[in-house]
Amino acid sequence: MAETHGHEAHGHDAHGHHEEGWFVKYFWSTDHKMIAKQYLLTGMLLGAVGAYFAYVFRMQLAFPNKPVPGYGLVTGADYNALVTNHGAIMIFWVAMPVLIAAFGNYLIPLMVGCDDMVFPRLNRLSYQIFLVSAIVLGASFFVQGGAFGGAWTSYPPLSAKAEYSLTSLGPTLWLAAVALEFVAFLLGGINFVTTAMNSRAPGMKAFDIPMAVWMIVIASILFMCSVGPLVAGAVMLMFDQQIGTGFFDPDRGGDPVLWQHLFWFFGHPEVYVVLLPALGFVAEIITTFSRKRLFAYRTVLYTTIGTGVLSFFVWAHHQFIAGIDPRMANVFSVTTVLISIPIAEMTFVYIATLFGGSISFRVPMLWALAFIAEFLMGGVTGIFLGASGADIYFHDTYFVVAHFHYTFFPIAIIGTFAGLTYWFPKMFGRHMNEAVNKVHFWVTIICFNGIFLPLFVLGAAGDHRRIFDYGNFPELSQPWMQDLRVFATVSLIVMLVVQPLFLVNFFYSMFKGKKAEANPWKANTLEWQCPSPPPHGNFSPLPEVYRGPYEYSAEGRADDFWPQNSPT
Amino acid sequence: MLEHYMQQGSSFASQIDGLVWMIFLMTTFWFLLVEGILFWLLWRFRARPGHQAVYLDDPAEHAFEVKWIEVPHRIILVCDVAVIIGAITVWSDVKLSAPAHDEVIRVVAQQWAWTFTHAGPDGKLDTADDIVTIDEMHVQVGKTYSYELGAKDVLHSFSVPVFRLKQDAIPGRVITGWFKPTLVGEFDVQCAEICGIGHGIMPARLYVETPEAHAAWLANPTHYLAYKF
Repeated sequence: MAETHGHEAHGHDAHGHHEEGWFVKYFWSTDHKMIAKQYLLTGMLLGAVGAYFAYVFRMQLAFPNKPVPGYGLVTGADYNALVTNHGAIMIFWVAMPVLIAAFGNYLIPLMVGCDDMVFPRLNRLSYQIFLVSAIVLGASFFVQGGAFGGAWTSYPPLSAKAEYSLTSLGPTLWLAAVALEFVAFLLGGINFVTTAMNSRAPGMKAFDIPMAVWMIVIASILFMCSVGPLVAGAVMLMFDQQIGTGFFDPDRGGDPVLWQHLFWFFGHPEVYVVLLPALGFVAEIITTFSRKRLFAYRTVLYTTIGTGVLSFFVWAHHQFIAGIDPRMANVFSVTTVLISIPIAEMTFVYIATLFGGSISFRVPMLWALAFIAEFLMGGVTGIFLGASGADIYFHDTYFVVAHFHYTFFPIAIIGTFAGLTYWFPKMFGRHMNEAVNKVHFWVTIICFNGIFLPLFVLGAAGDHRRIFDYGNFPELSQPWMQDLRVFATVSLIVMLVVQPLFLVNFFYSMFKGKKAEANPWKANTLEWQCPSPPPHGNFSPLPEVYRGPYEYSAEGRADDFWPQNSPT
Repeated sequence: MLEHYMQQGSSFASQIDGLVWMIFLMTTFWFLLVEGILFWLLWRFRARPGHQAVYLDDPAEHAFEVKWIEVPHRIILVCDVAVIIGAITVWSDVKLSAPAHDEVIRVVAQQWAWTFTHAGPDGKLDTADDIVTIDEMHVQVGKTYSYELGAKDVLHSFSVPVFRLKQDAIPGRVITGWFKPTLVGEFDVQCAEICGIGHGIMPARLYVETPEAHAAWLANPTHYLAYKF
């Protein structure tokens, strides 16, 4: 809502707030903070499902064709459905709802200093559609033939015809779920961009906006620009599945490769859609805990926009050997390798921020630093795959799997833990237990490397993806390779075993944790200048902004922080 | 490096491995450098009682920015150009060029088997002496082969790791490429594109034979599934 109406609207809402029933408060709320929590909890729940799938198929790989405790025997069809939905869930129903929707909803109004989103009811609708999409996805597991198993990329003709995939309804439900999920995020994105543009506190100029807000806004714009072709493609593929059209059917003049272009034109920018919010959180956290300004704020912003634009011209690096004109590979190899420049600059900027700082290793800071250290591994291994000549060997091997988990795990898991531990005191007005979180941090990080470092080696040794039993391949049945697979699986199990530590800590602290003050980290951005947890309407009175978000350790001040809304 | 895990079995395998080795050296350098600086800064500027965060004064900050952003920017650009030149060179040799071939072999993928049509003793495809095998491919070391790759139902991918060869197969199209085996032995062929519930059980065997052994096999193509037209 525009500032001029803010107080009035706040008054009405606050009045209505007291009369809200339980259902309206938790399920029909238009409050951005409640919607954020709905997204967060739904995302965490689905994260548990995705993690369970990973456990089942890693067990099958480590101990082939033995019943998996808690699941049973994994057939080829089961295996395909598990890897397909692990990927889809982790990206579409965990990374997106948590990083963009939950944090975007929670942070944008608080960080720009307004009382709620511009379109609160649109916001509510966004979550409800998202919930429906999750339910449709869940339903796909219980229809005849079982869940879709054609990989999260859903390449036709396998995904287009029941006679090939042996699942008649699963693929259609899966596509419907993905399309609904995109609708939800389009609505959310409209809200994020509009709110950040129109509802900023007086005095907050473009370069006074905290990086987390910028990043979520740019991510939303990237999403809007890239998702159209995929939604169109999804509808075409659904027609192919259910009413017998032939858009992707070569027997009737269709082209299966067309789907790959539509998918990856969305799919690659999508990586940056989830990456950017995580980068934003890291910027907020490293500045707070090193008590320094973000080094080269504008460089970060421009490189982000540059990366975003460039990300629309790299999609065919997923298709080097897919049967596209091989001359195209040269063009896409150049654009892909060039992405290393803005990403590397951003990394240098973040690291340079630490120079001269006073770095305290609180839990959010540990996660943020782990993000930088681990994401770097994902970045450099990408060069092997972006270089077309080398990709001939690495394409569709476990090297690729390890590479994108070194990008997505830092984004979706490390970034989320960084954000959750950092903003938890604001969200719930209480502190989590730091010692428990430190144990959880170290075990998670060590196990993460334990899972995926061996997979680089296995990929180099020729392990292809999505194969449920390597026993059929003599070259891949060597004992040392099986040992590495077992090692990765054991690392995963240890990592999963420590997650309840965090969850228990999270839910226990929500009600029983040590009470948090408004600004426990002594941070500058506006969300820390309202009470913890923020009341309905967030600020009273609404803040005015006098300076940028990262004025830490300014000369001549007693405090080493300088809130954006402090007049002096 | 790759040859440590997977033998080099074709004329272009060493080229691809060389490119991988070059990228490995560059990325390892940057990775260790950046991680090293990161951890050094974390140790050097850890919070201690009595210490405050400090900024360098502005002119120096600008110099610092140049040092941190501009210089690495340019070095990375140089590295990128080297990687791109290497990648395009290798790609052109493997995927764009088509050296004169001695023989053509037809590879057709389907759910979930490979059909290989060998030219037979006369060295010509689509003649009466073609030898068709299922899940078993026989080639002669040192000969240059052109392959014609097709698929019957869904996408598959013809992957021969020992050759460093991988190419997706698309129904409705015939995709051509080449390879020249340089190593005698018995190797895996994998399907590298998910193709349904039997994707994990779609292996084939590749036999790279000496000229004598290959001639002997051509004369008597014994295999439990092999048959002659």
